[in-house]
Amino acid sequence: MQFNTQVVSPVTPLMVCTDIELIAAHDNRKTVGKISVTNPRMRCRNVNVFYGDKQAINRVNLDIGRHEVIAMIGPSGCGKSTFLRCLNRMNDTIDSCRVTGEILLDDQDIYDKKLDVVPLRAQVGMVFQKPNPFPKSIYENVAYGPRIHGLVSSKSDLDVVVESSLCRAGLWDEVKDRLDQPGTGLSGGQQQRLCIARTIAVGPEVILMDEPCSALDPIATAKIEGLIDELREEYTIAIVTHSMQQAARVSQRTAYFHLGDLIEVGETNQIFTNPQHKLTEDYITGRFG
Amino acid sequence: MNNGAKIKPGSTMERVNANLAKRYAKERRFRRMGLAAIVISLMFLGLLFGSIISKGYGAFWQTYIQLEIHFEPEDMDLHGNRSLEVLSAVDYGGLVKRTLREMFPKVKKRKEKRKLYGVVSNGAAFQLREMVMNHPDLIGRTVQVWVPADDDVDMLIKGHIDRHKPESERRVKDQQIAWVDELQRVGKIEKRFNTTFFTAGDSREPELAGIHGALMGSIFTLLITLGLSFPMGVAAAIYLEEFAPTNRFTDFIEININNLAAVPSIVFGLLGLAVFINFFGLPRSIPLVGGLVLTLMTLPTIIIASRAALKSVPPSIREAALGIGASRMQTVFHHVLPQALPGMLTGAIIGMAQALGETAPLLMIGMVAFIVDIPANMMDPATALPVQIYLWADSPERAFMERTSAAIMVLLAFLISMNMLAVLLRKKFEKRW
Repeated sequence: MQFNTQVVSPVTPLMVCTDIELIAAHDNRKTVGKISVTNPRMRCRNVNVFYGDKQAINRVNLDIGRHEVIAMIGPSGCGKSTFLRCLNRMNDTIDSCRVTGEILLDDQDIYDKKLDVVPLRAQVGMVFQKPNPFPKSIYENVAYGPRIHGLVSSKSDLDVVVESSLCRAGLWDEVKDRLDQPGTGLSGGQQQRLCIARTIAVGPEVILMDEPCSALDPIATAKIEGLIDELREEYTIAIVTHSMQQAARVSQRTAYFHLGDLIEVGETNQIFTNPQHKLTEDYITGRFG
Repeated sequence: MNNGAKIKPGSTMERVNANLAKRYAKERRFRRMGLAAIVISLMFLGLLFGSIISKGYGAFWQTYIQLEIHFEPEDMDLHGNRSLEVLSAVDYGGLVKRTLREMFPKVKKRKEKRKLYGVVSNGAAFQLREMVMNHPDLIGRTVQVWVPADDDVDMLIKGHIDRHKPESERRVKDQQIAWVDELQRVGKIEKRFNTTFFTAGDSREPELAGIHGALMGSIFTLLITLGLSFPMGVAAAIYLEEFAPTNRFTDFIEININNLAAVPSIVFGLLGLAVFINFFGLPRSIPLVGGLVLTLMTLPTIIIASRAALKSVPPSIREAALGIGASRMQTVFHHVLPQALPGMLTGAIIGMAQALGETAPLLMIGMVAFIVDIPANMMDPATALPVQIYLWADSPERAFMERTSAAIMVLLAFLISMNMLAVLLRKKFEKRW
């Protein structure tokens, strides 16, 4: 499904002119910066992802701390979305995809054969690039998750969950009078906030966001960014973005991916003001990508 | 584009403009070709409907003759006994013949009498019998009864028999024409709505033959086909599309489903004969076997259409459901299936329409038999509408030609109402945004 964008091509067109020097200069693709944090929510060690024979992610080690927003940046096809989708095993839906290594969520290996992905995905929710509300009413969109997981016992409890989720997604005031209208009838920004409400209605611990603002205008983007900032209080958020400004605005830590390698991790301030790796510097100063 | 501004020779604009006329001409040609195709198909459709309706509408009217019947107990050999057994054994044919002789007292010769009796349908006797059985109090009274005319007389009245041909080339003789004219003069012949056609089963006599038996046979057959092939087809499609791994085995299944869709239907008939009748020992000519055979035939169509419908559901819906922790089955049944259902219904309509019009496999399993009784359930011998059409089209009587076209009209009406129902259902499902 996500195959198209995630496959690593050895030479991306944008890099053609500088590629040879770059690779010569930076043969060393070892991760720079501090990958671990104390008491992390998720811990990834030696993660490799293959699509068929092609390797999309190469030995990535990364910790995701509690109540932090970690941004993943990098040129197209660098594997950041693929990595994100490993964190709640969404890659399982792709037949040819194979993941090795270890990803722990609160010390539980999520790639354990015995682990059930259904509760995992309730714990690690996901917001997608394109707003994808169900073709059902606004209410049903939010109520669906709590209902299938049996989180509520009565209709009134469900009403409370729906209202609080929509409130926290900053959408309640806009839709409270039309909860029975189709979710697909909302504007793009509202749809994306509806998707966020749908995700938090299940009460996850981690929210993965795959370029949540790429289809939205600046105003809707600003709203979502404000929302991410608020949600940090309760959730851990991993966000993939193409906008470096967005990464700088919303995240505490930033990870820079390049051709399937995690090149640099660090405090967002430090990455954007004083990158340690030449590739990171080239990327954030706009020399390629 | 070139509104007055001067275009430099050799510029891009000039070259674009030079090509423009050609491009538009091409477009116009293509549009005209499409329009012509539609007009031609509409013409053929009009021709088809026109010919069927013009030939068949007459069958909805039937010529009736009024007879004045004296239900005399002596004539009926009753001798005071009025039990149903006795009443059913009365020679009602004799009663009809006596009445006819009384109407035309000049007819004396045996040969002439035979011709006279031939004016009224054999069904008249059955009609009288039914009347008396239902109302025994009619005995002793004189009743005016409208009985169906013979099919040849019916054709004469409807103008399908040429009076000017020599007598030997007509099925209706000069004397009969004279009697009919006489009856018409006194108002004892009338064309009435042909209810028999809608209430009776098949018959050797066109005026007594009806479509009801074949219609019921078709309905039972299709109910079985729909009841089996839709759930099975949808389940197979869901499994193959949503759950099955892609490997050689599933590839093999897919190729075979596509091949089965192209197998001639008579082969399914042979299969049904071998498996359901010879191996499982089910009776011949029954709608159950017909439905099973047509199920085999429609399954590939429904599976292919359902898979296409499932494929067309955007993957983002699946991701959304999986992303909040729905299991694969919940994803399919709560989100994918409702989206795919309209497309699946379309596939089912196509499959059912195909099954309704299918004759060849039914011939193989004996649903081509001459069956007078109207089937009451799916284990009763029956024919189906297209088979009935085939049987009537084969019959020599002129009146059956009319009924063939009328049966085609009934088949088309059935088909159209079935499709309308499906379209309504589809609309209902689609309405859920």
